[in-house]
Amino acid sequence: MTTDARLLPERRRGSVARSLRQLAAASPFVLPSVVLFGVFVFYPLARSVYLGFHATDPFGRREVWVGIEQYRDVLTSSDFRYSLLVTGQFALYTVVPSTVIGLYLALLAHQRLPGILLFRTIFSSTVASSVAVSSVMWLLLLNPGVGVLNYLLDEGGLPTASWLTEPRWALPAVAMTTVWMNIGFATIVILAGLQNIPEELYEAARVDGAGRRNQFLHVTLPALSPTLLFVSVVGVIFAFQSFGQIHILTRGGPLDSTTVIVYSIYREAFLHYNVGLASAQAIVLFVIVLLLTMAQFVAAQRWVFYR
Amino acid sequence: MSRMKHVRRALVRAVLSLPSYALLIASAAVILFPLYVTTVDSLQPLQKLLSFPPDLWPDTPRWANYRSAMTDIPMPRYMLNSLIMASVITIGQVTTAALAAYAFSFMRFPLRTPLFFVFLSTMMVPWEISIIPNFQTMQRLNWLDTYQGLTLPFLATAFGTFLLRQHFMTLPRELKDAADIDGYGDLRFLLFVVIPLSRAALATLAVFSFLQAWNQYLWPLLVTNDPDMRTVQIGIAALRDEEVQRTNVVLAGTVIALLPMLVLVIAFQRFLVRGLTAGAVKG
Repeated sequence: MTTDARLLPERRRGSVARSLRQLAAASPFVLPSVVLFGVFVFYPLARSVYLGFHATDPFGRREVWVGIEQYRDVLTSSDFRYSLLVTGQFALYTVVPSTVIGLYLALLAHQRLPGILLFRTIFSSTVASSVAVSSVMWLLLLNPGVGVLNYLLDEGGLPTASWLTEPRWALPAVAMTTVWMNIGFATIVILAGLQNIPEELYEAARVDGAGRRNQFLHVTLPALSPTLLFVSVVGVIFAFQSFGQIHILTRGGPLDSTTVIVYSIYREAFLHYNVGLASAQAIVLFVIVLLLTMAQFVAAQRWVFYR
Repeated sequence: MSRMKHVRRALVRAVLSLPSYALLIASAAVILFPLYVTTVDSLQPLQKLLSFPPDLWPDTPRWANYRSAMTDIPMPRYMLNSLIMASVITIGQVTTAALAAYAFSFMRFPLRTPLFFVFLSTMMVPWEISIIPNFQTMQRLNWLDTYQGLTLPFLATAFGTFLLRQHFMTLPRELKDAADIDGYGDLRFLLFVVIPLSRAALATLAVFSFLQAWNQYLWPLLVTNDPDMRTVQIGIAALRDEEVQRTNVVLAGTVIALLPMLVLVIAFQRFLVRGLTAGAVKG
């Protein structure tokens, strides 16, 4: 950039005054949000890093500087590694089925048929259901003695299970509940994606002699890939933030088989009063979520087809 | 003749779409099944809930369970708490987001773009990470078991600011020039020109905020100990354990907790879809 140097000082003096005036005018508009973010987002983030460097006694009263050690403890402790594994599995068990079922339902609801709006409403209705309502409902279905799920399995000649008390089945059962909760969101977003695909793409494919199958494989799926990626990214982030369904259905058990990271943080901080350790875990979670988001962005740039 | 043809074609189309309807109905039945079972059980006497095989076709619905939910367990109190919390959060978010979005789209000031990115970056910080310091803050302020403790951390929203800014940017710049000539200040311009032109975007944010606030679980669990301050979500989850002798009544309460959101989602589906597809969603 080239500027006439002689003009600069005078203009600067004027612009400083103007900048201040502009700032003064804008402050009432942005300050409420800035203050709230400062107090409830940025300060807590910094404070968590600080707490992570300190060990706390069992009553949460004294803080002793232990430096990076606590972070190292978290990363090397078998408990935390196990809860990472559980969270990863949970993400897998929830994201893949939610996306596939959401795609299936969205394709069904995308047809032009009389009354289709009713079905769109039903398919997206699970977004209304909170984590507590959903969990209480599924607790009923999953009851090993009198629940409907075991009844139906038994009628169909299939083996039944104590869903929430057997270490093998607890995580899949919590995942099943979560998939049901996520279906509404996935269907809404994927359906909107389908509606955004321009009709000309299909026309061109038909002219080239593509059947329904080929239209789906070569038009719908590529055009939908950003939407599917978005749904799975959000799904993974949801999975890493899951807490309510675990708190209500299993309390992290049996044998820690459903102790996902957020539940582990909650247990350390609010049941064991080990605030330092819990904060270190929270920071590790933060870094993981950040890395995941970034990895997905890179993936999107490389493999996803954008119009 | 041509009429016959017409009827026949319509008939053929109807027959051809039968498999589609079969799939649609079957899928809808599976999705609604948990809600159906819950509703049925909420209308049963307790013995029926404990019997095997489960009774999926009740012959006499016991509406008294719903009356009990409003009198024997404190559902009205929980609903009131949730209503206050969700309303305050909704009004707060719409207000702070509209103000900030206005500054980001209609005002010029130094560091505007960096500040906008700072706003957006808060979406990258999952709320669950900040619960410990935020809980300590509320403890120090002595705000546990208060409405300000339940609501204050959620009064600003980066997502909402982003959503409204997207809309404000589509409004013609000439409006602002005309307002400047007429001597309208920024606040008056926002209130009387921008907001009336942005009703749909504001409704989207409001529906979204209310739904999320009503359905919150982790934060209300942490900051409420007093049963009188429980929100509806914490209430039904806690009563599930505490009122084993009245499971059917608690299920009636669960249906009552879900109903307002179901109505909201169905009535404002259009707005909700717009909000959900606008970008990332904070859990």
